[in-house]
Amino acid sequence: MINFEIDGKPVSVPKNGTVMDGANQLGIYIPHFCYHKKLSIAANCRMCLVQVEKAPKPLPACATPAMEGMKVFTHSGQAVTAQKGVMEFLLINHPLDCPICDQGGECQLQDLAVGYGASSSRYTEAKRVVANKNLGPLISTDMTRCIHCTRCVRFGQEIAGIMELGMAGRGEHAEILAFVGKTVDSELSGNVIDLCPVGALVSKPFRYSARTWELSRRKSISPHCGLGSNLIVQIKQNRVMRVLPRENEEINECWLSDKDRFSYEGLNSEERLTRPMIKQGGVWQECDWQTALEFVANGLKDVKEKYGAESIGALGSAHSTLEELYLLQKLARGLGSASVDHRVRQSDFRADSQMQGAPWLGMPIAEISQLKSLLVIGSTLRKDHPLLAHRIRHAVKHGAQLNVINPIDDDLLTKVRNRAIVAPDKMVSMLAEVLKAVAELKGVEIPDDAKNALSTVSASDTAHAMAASLNDNKPAAVFIGNLAQHHPRYADICKLAQHIAQISDARFGVLGEAANSVGAYIADAIPFGNRNADTAGGRHGGQGANASQMLGMDDPASETGCKAYILLNLEPELDSYNPQRAVKALAAADLVVMMSAYKSHAAIQENYADVLLPIAPFTETSGTFISTEGRVQSFNGVVAPLGETRPAWKVLRVLGNILQLDGFDYETSEQVRADVLPAGNDVSAWLNNSLGSLAVSPIEAGKENKGSEGLQRIGEVPIYQADLIVRRAESLQRTRDAAAPLAWMPGSLMMQLGLRTDEVIRLKQGEGEVRMPVAQDDSLPANCIRVVSAHPSTAALGGMFDQITVEKS
Amino acid sequence: MSQPAQILLAGLSPSDPDDWRLKNYEQREGYVALRKILSEKIPPEKIIEEVKKSALRGRGGAGFPTGLKWSFMPKQYEGDKYLVCNSDEGEPGTFKDRDIMRHNPHMLIEGMLIGAYAMGIRAGYNYVHGEIWDVYERMEEAVDEARAAGYLGDNILGSDFSFQLYNHHGYGAYICGEETALLESLEGKKGQPRFKPPFPASFGLYGKPTTINNTETFAAVPWIIRHGGDKFLQLGKPNNGGTKIFSVSGHVNKPGNYEVPLGTPFATLLEMAGGMRGGRKLKGCIPGGSSMPVLPGDVMMQTDMDYDSIAKAGSFLGSGAVIIMDDTTCMVRALERLSYFYYEESCGQCTPCREGTGWLYRIVHRIETGKGRLEDLDLLNNLADNIQGRTICALGDAAAMPVRAMIQHFRDEFAYHVEHKKCLV
Repeated sequence: MINFEIDGKPVSVPKNGTVMDGANQLGIYIPHFCYHKKLSIAANCRMCLVQVEKAPKPLPACATPAMEGMKVFTHSGQAVTAQKGVMEFLLINHPLDCPICDQGGECQLQDLAVGYGASSSRYTEAKRVVANKNLGPLISTDMTRCIHCTRCVRFGQEIAGIMELGMAGRGEHAEILAFVGKTVDSELSGNVIDLCPVGALVSKPFRYSARTWELSRRKSISPHCGLGSNLIVQIKQNRVMRVLPRENEEINECWLSDKDRFSYEGLNSEERLTRPMIKQGGVWQECDWQTALEFVANGLKDVKEKYGAESIGALGSAHSTLEELYLLQKLARGLGSASVDHRVRQSDFRADSQMQGAPWLGMPIAEISQLKSLLVIGSTLRKDHPLLAHRIRHAVKHGAQLNVINPIDDDLLTKVRNRAIVAPDKMVSMLAEVLKAVAELKGVEIPDDAKNALSTVSASDTAHAMAASLNDNKPAAVFIGNLAQHHPRYADICKLAQHIAQISDARFGVLGEAANSVGAYIADAIPFGNRNADTAGGRHGGQGANASQMLGMDDPASETGCKAYILLNLEPELDSYNPQRAVKALAAADLVVMMSAYKSHAAIQENYADVLLPIAPFTETSGTFISTEGRVQSFNGVVAPLGETRPAWKVLRVLGNILQLDGFDYETSEQVRADVLPAGNDVSAWLNNSLGSLAVSPIEAGKENKGSEGLQRIGEVPIYQADLIVRRAESLQRTRDAAAPLAWMPGSLMMQLGLRTDEVIRLKQGEGEVRMPVAQDDSLPANCIRVVSAHPSTAALGGMFDQITVEKS
Repeated sequence: MSQPAQILLAGLSPSDPDDWRLKNYEQREGYVALRKILSEKIPPEKIIEEVKKSALRGRGGAGFPTGLKWSFMPKQYEGDKYLVCNSDEGEPGTFKDRDIMRHNPHMLIEGMLIGAYAMGIRAGYNYVHGEIWDVYERMEEAVDEARAAGYLGDNILGSDFSFQLYNHHGYGAYICGEETALLESLEGKKGQPRFKPPFPASFGLYGKPTTINNTETFAAVPWIIRHGGDKFLQLGKPNNGGTKIFSVSGHVNKPGNYEVPLGTPFATLLEMAGGMRGGRKLKGCIPGGSSMPVLPGDVMMQTDMDYDSIAKAGSFLGSGAVIIMDDTTCMVRALERLSYFYYEESCGQCTPCREGTGWLYRIVHRIETGKGRLEDLDLLNNLADNIQGRTICALGDAAAMPVRAMIQHFRDEFAYHVEHKKCLV
């Protein structure tokens, strides 16, 4: 530690610490613009100049290393003169257009100008004007206001992992710009708006819609990816105007993904459902709540009487709260059906009987930054978990080795040590190779439940390299991504990954797809009791149908579909593994109750729904999400429900009352939470990724259970299609990530099929087909076509990783 | 007038087009120092000791003692270290390095070889200013010659000493003459100075320990090794060893490069340059390149040309560019031109320089075009104060110092310009 003094107060900082570090520790504020605790030191704004004893000139606090015995003065005459001098220079070419600047009221330059600026200017020459840039649909520019601090440039290089902004030109001609003709497309781009200390980079969706001092700040939690990012939601007149990060070093640090930041536009969408609606005689009509709820209750009773309780299915979304999902399953089980599920994109449920708890990250989020080796299996990492990807980039920058087994080779913007880009049906055998390699390396037997399956497998060089990487670098972790969770052989992937992690002494984690992926298990929104065996059977009684069975996705021949569905916060044509069959199953049912914040097009136009109940999105209800690291985060509603919208937990509670079910007397969502989490917020006892004695299915080289013949579809969920809110966020829908889907395939396949780039082809799965232009991506495995799911233009297709056929049109 | 001692330009006959070639250099005792070091296996620390003794100071402008700089290089460093020659000579009025490279390139190469040997470095770069292309090509030819003759490359002259030297040309940005901006440029990035510390000796080219010296500094080294540090020191005066090339420009009869021992009276140098053009009176002189403070003629005539004497007189020796201005010179116009240069060459990275240099230029331009105000003079001084010492690199100082000195020494002339909207001269 280095001991020194700032303004007469003693302080000590670690070796390589700076004067600024010491000042921060003491709570002494030194004015600054370019300095940011998460970015490298640029020392270019010069605002933090301070006096240092024995130094002939003032020194920048951000870049000056602390020295033993040094005496620093932050408010001495010399320091203040220097700071005021810099402020004058910053202001001479600044437009001073605060009255029309969105940054006004939260502008570092404005604030510091009060303390360090003069009341009038000595500058009488013409001011500089800088042309604005088009950075895309999210970031608006007023480049004349730029003070060249380069925070945005450093953010791209150091955090987002891609340099999309730079400072070109010299001297007065220096300006921040993107590459010629390019926009800023990173999935983390919105953070530059927060970083910009002036009004040069501001939010395009928010532009000119409110003054910052008119906004209330309310705390909330992101309902999107599994991270559980902490939010500040800003509201004006009961409307969400903007979302900002709430700093939490253990989760999102000071960042937000663009999805978390800009999807609030979906909350104010025209498509919001504000009154209950009932379909009568094929015509949709608005009605009051009483009518709607009685209609639902009667409908459910009828189905129960006619077909038995087990023909009622409840499907929720892991984007819903713990309380909502808990009451959903309680309602279904109260009616006598254990057919409850939230895993509508999952296709392989063989592991259900062997699950020991709720699948989770396997470690705290913050510890990802400290990993030294990782194996990521089946993941569109950057798009599914933008800030986890940033943590991984951080780890790699500090020496971690990243290994990837994936059907796609998207740029992770970091160094990948070993990569196996294999067709979806080869992922299991690739994992088997790694398991074999790691067992050989450690000199241990292949575990019994995998022995048979691995008998014909021999490890490739890549598999050996991955095994060595995990084994030799600690701490290490094996993560299962969203693609793998949707994979037709998820159970085998899970089991093999678990063995690899166990043998190589690595952590084993399942990346939570949605905000409440862990919570959905803990709330028992699953067709089997996830709680300990003693209570599971007793409380909920028996085994129900899983999502795949309920929606007839499991086996098209059998008539397994339900007769009544309660859908919570779901659009099955976008949210399920096989939308074609899901919609068919729904259409065949007697009753489909849709609890949603939106008038879903498909539900109305394809007529599968019978009643729409307007429920509150996360901003209009209290609730709890349990993040992928098992962190329980409760939040309050930040605005009143829109129109006649009601929080889903209240709707389910009243429905329970009408159906005269026991245990639906909750007054508050906190009472519901207390029922789910009687022991409080520590849910660690429920978190467990292990599978019991599940035997891995045979792995025949080159031939596997599903999708082994013909062309395979790789159907990932696009970043801005993952949930109902983000689908309706207009600005995000104009980004490059939301561009119209293409049928990506390797050049070899295009040649084989005689296709040209941009040629419109017909893609067929089952009874459905769509038309789409061809695009070439040579990094894709042979015989694979990458066609996104969860998109209206592909909703007519079938399973996300099933066979697909191509025809010229 | 007796010919003073010369080192860098000694024995050259500029009329001979082959004068720069290896064989000619060898006839001028070229590569003798290197041969001596390699054959006698002189220990590296002995060489640094000799350079320290010579009191050789950096010829690029800052005048930092070369031997001391060399001793900063970590000796027991695992991995690459680099040697860089700063030939990015861009200071207005300075044109000495290009003549060294044009007429005596092997002297530079030999100097770098000796430096590399002394500091245990195996690779070096010579960064040549972008606007003197012929000189870059000359250096390329010279390096080829040296390589062919076994002076550069692996196992030089059969020893176990290896050194690779590469020429690199810039594109004419003045800022790339700042050593850390030069390193950035050499790495293929935008030429912007780095904040120091860390200094290049610990974090230099590609983040490795790096020593950067000026062309003229390296070129003086072979002579020091051949004749000893003491002898070099004796050529000049204490703390100011050896000779120095002065690039004399402006209102003299024979502008050009003149190599004289440090400590030579300015009057002697002026005489060598043929005296004042048309016999006019010396009004002012910038003794060390355009960024150094101007001195009035009468002060200059009393000053000797060495680091300490010029500092005592109120300016700096800098790069040794002597800009002579006679009494027909409008000092407002002169300052306007100088300020424009720094305004144009500021890299734009840090606030005081990016914003301040333009402001300075615009005020001086206003005064020059008859729109000045009397309070502008104090404003100029105050702005210069707010720039100098507040920036990442010395370009801010370079922009500020001429302004202050001009107003200090020629305030009346500026005031006249403001009041009468025309030149005094």
